[in-house]
Amino acid sequence: MYPADLKYTKDHEWLKVAADGTAVVGITHYAQDALGDVVFVDMPEIGETYNHGDEFGTVESVKTVSELYMPTGCEVLETNGDLEAHPEFVNEDPYGKGWMIKIKLVGDLAGDLMDAAAYQKLVSAEAH
Amino acid sequence: MNLRQRESLIFDRSVPGKVGMDLPKLDVPSPKDTRPAHLKRSGFDALPSCSEPEVIRHFTRLSLWNYGMDQGMYPLGSCTMKHNPRLNEKVAAIPGFAESHPMAPDELVQGNLAMLYTLQEWLKEITGLAGMTLQPSAGAAGELTGVLLIRAYHLSRGQHKKVFLIPDSAHGTNPATAAMAGYDVVDVASGPDGCVSFEDITDAASGKVKKGLLTVLGEHKGEIAGLMITNPNTLGIFEPRIDQICKLIHEADGLVYMDGANMNAMVGVARPGDFGIDVMHMNLHKTMSTPHGGGGPGAGPVGCVAKLEPFLPKPVVVRETTKVGEGEVPHHTYRWEWNRPQSIGKVHTFYGNFGILVRALTYCYSHGGDGLRNATLRAIVNANYIRHELMGHYHLPVTSPSLHEVVFNDAIQAKNDVHTLDIAKRLIDHGYHPPTIYFPMVVSGALMIEPTESEDKEELDAFIHAMKEIAREAQENPEILHQAPVLAPLRRLDETTAARKPVLRWTKQA
Repeated sequence: MYPADLKYTKDHEWLKVAADGTAVVGITHYAQDALGDVVFVDMPEIGETYNHGDEFGTVESVKTVSELYMPTGCEVLETNGDLEAHPEFVNEDPYGKGWMIKIKLVGDLAGDLMDAAAYQKLVSAEAH
Repeated sequence: MNLRQRESLIFDRSVPGKVGMDLPKLDVPSPKDTRPAHLKRSGFDALPSCSEPEVIRHFTRLSLWNYGMDQGMYPLGSCTMKHNPRLNEKVAAIPGFAESHPMAPDELVQGNLAMLYTLQEWLKEITGLAGMTLQPSAGAAGELTGVLLIRAYHLSRGQHKKVFLIPDSAHGTNPATAAMAGYDVVDVASGPDGCVSFEDITDAASGKVKKGLLTVLGEHKGEIAGLMITNPNTLGIFEPRIDQICKLIHEADGLVYMDGANMNAMVGVARPGDFGIDVMHMNLHKTMSTPHGGGGPGAGPVGCVAKLEPFLPKPVVVRETTKVGEGEVPHHTYRWEWNRPQSIGKVHTFYGNFGILVRALTYCYSHGGDGLRNATLRAIVNANYIRHELMGHYHLPVTSPSLHEVVFNDAIQAKNDVHTLDIAKRLIDHGYHPPTIYFPMVVSGALMIEPTESEDKEELDAFIHAMKEIAREAQENPEILHQAPVLAPLRRLDETTAARKPVLRWTKQA
């Protein structure tokens, strides 16, 4: 449920860093499960720059609307246009077809990102 | 399925040639159709062709699917769904109120101006604030008006502030309002008691740190335009340190806006002006019993302290008293004052939703000061009665004392895979409108119950019984809860598809 090649945030985003200094961001299995059926994802503008922890969009489910937070400082390169017609991808395949944005890393990677084991520990604590 | 459960769209009932009215044949030359092509509708035949009885039956049957206060308890938390007294309607229908023209000269509508002036005086007394506008049409409009007053005030002093502080237990409209007025929103943490925390809060499980009031005040020195606070907050809890919060914001040269949506817990007992609030709105369609939701337009009057008065929307109704001799009744005349150079402008056509304002004043007069206070106390007792009776059957995540509403969640039922949505749907089978669910967001799986003062003990007991039945079913027969509602005209609706692929316009099926 929490792939080992990803990094995770306390706010339940995942980050997949590539060798060329870019990364892909989405929300975790735990987040999509807690939200319930996702009906809309509000995406940032391409080219916009963000600091670590900035809100970059919202994800709306039948239950609630939640903010999305930038896992690390970056510039937005691309957004997943498929989610407009298929928000269910976030539920069905959060690490694949449900990806949200592609970013170019700016500055050092944030220091508070977790590996899969640490994140797994966090969600099992939150579930209780 | 019987007729009550089956109702097609009026478009689908249409039979070409069927009419509701037999008009005489056109005996003059038909006018030429001069509409440009791009203004003509395509792909849409016409309005549906139906007979008059068919139209009446269609809409009457649909109305039977509706649920309102006149049918039963409507415990939709934070919405204050209280009875709409029929006296309000009677007074609002008086021809002098109902039929006068908004552009009539002041001297011909003195009674209407007196009505508005008098309502303002009542609301000033209730809120403890010096200024009042009746223009905003509902809560969110009131919020924006209030925050624009704050902005105008800072700008008039040459201050360009950037930040609005908003506790995470606030109404969802609060951050939206501050953002609309051009401010950056900074969250303030609430503590385990559900109230604004002065210190940072560290979540024990995740290690996440949320910033408390003192931290954000320090981080944004000189930038803070104000704080928006919902009090009592969305958990139905009165902020016990509200006076200190106001003092800290004032020391930081900010102003405090109070979302008065939950004023039904305070009228006649506590006045926001007395504990340091600078601006606030009241929802007359909640607190003052005017119709709500589909029942009519709202009204969100905004009160403010004296230093914000010059910025109020214009025009402002003013009263002039003619000097009279000793022992004579003073003679008042009323007029609209338009010369308000610092005003933020108009926020509604004419003077607000006038008919609603008549109803609100009727509510004030028919209750009197003591009656308004009693309604508040009764609303609080009712919520606490439900809280007491349902405790143990449902989990109470925050145990601070409740005012007018109480927030449970589904923690006990979730062990049997029964969730808040299932509980809400099952209440429909018991004949009740469900409470507010999944809000406030600071509580997972929230069930937010606000009975208001309109319910008597018998009605509350019946509701409590239904809730206990559902809690019992969750243990003994959870499957029935997953299927609920089973007695409504339509079963569990597919809310996901409705949100993902909404059909907003009828199109003819080929």
